[in-house]
Amino acid sequence: MGRIVVEVMPKPEILDPQGKAIRSGLERMGLSAFADVRQGKLFHLDVEGPVTDEALAAAREAAGTLLSNPVIEDVIAVREATPEEAAQ
Amino acid sequence: MSARTAVASATPLVADLGADAPIPGADALRVGVVRFPGSLDERDAQRAVTLSGAQAVSLWHGDDSLGDVDAVILPGGFSYGDYLRCGAIAKFAPVMEKVVDAANGGMPVLGICNGFQILCESHLLPGALIRNSHQHFICRDQALTVENADTAWTRSYTAGEEIIIPLKNGEGGYVADEAVLDELEATGRVVARYAGVNPNGSQRNIAGIANERGNVVGLMPHPEHAVEAGFGPDAASGMRAGVDGQGFFTSVLRSLLSQ
Repeated sequence: MGRIVVEVMPKPEILDPQGKAIRSGLERMGLSAFADVRQGKLFHLDVEGPVTDEALAAAREAAGTLLSNPVIEDVIAVREATPEEAAQ
Repeated sequence: MSARTAVASATPLVADLGADAPIPGADALRVGVVRFPGSLDERDAQRAVTLSGAQAVSLWHGDDSLGDVDAVILPGGFSYGDYLRCGAIAKFAPVMEKVVDAANGGMPVLGICNGFQILCESHLLPGALIRNSHQHFICRDQALTVENADTAWTRSYTAGEEIIIPLKNGEGGYVADEAVLDELEATGRVVARYAGVNPNGSQRNIAGIANERGNVVGLMPHPEHAVEAGFGPDAASGMRAGVDGQGFFTSVLRSLLSQ
């Protein structure tokens, strides 16, 4: 079975309140090394058989329509999973 | 008459359904309210429609027809559990295909709260709604300024009028790029703005917007929770007596009847 990874992040200019909340939580833990934290989304799309060009094209369509909202989010990557990611 | 009776009569705690004369012809109009899995406020929206004098029609997310309704309301709540993004999954509900077609054909459509999020995800309205800037869910009676009293859903108001209706959301921050915001302002498509305080970080204090034609309106606060004395926000006329939300529901009837 093949696996495609899709990564989505909030656009840089959009405020990310969740990232802000996580950063303040880290500071409370004593982990103050991080100037900024932003939270995105990671999707695993599994296909029967190997990852084909058609499957990647379908994943790109999914990423640009349902998996992200282009008003507030950027699709960072649509790619075949590494062996480590595929084993998860 | 005792003083106690006088106070009671000045501050009604129950609905006075005979307060306003019905709009002639309203009883023939049918306003559909869509129920998605996770919708919360569809019954309140239906009651607001009924109190405005029209017939409320319950629509189901799996319906592939709008029946013979004259207008549609997408109510508040957490459709499909707000999974992925608020309103993102509802966009693909069978009924939404018909709502989008009808809206593009001129049918009045009002999206309240989650309904506003669905309208944005469905591209009937520009922009998006993100998590409140202060990161907290908010529930309060909120003052708004009605900016555009010319849309299908706001013509019972006057431009500049201040109203108070409940606001309750976790993801109510309206965002769009500067060009879109400028266009909304220039074309009068900002329907309502938060007055006094910006409760959720919405850009330019935007609480509601309309499409170009003015038949589709999205609003983050909840007018359907301020339509019946005894159950609305506190008002000068009495405790929980605020009925400032009624205008949205009577507006659409006037719009339909004037066509």
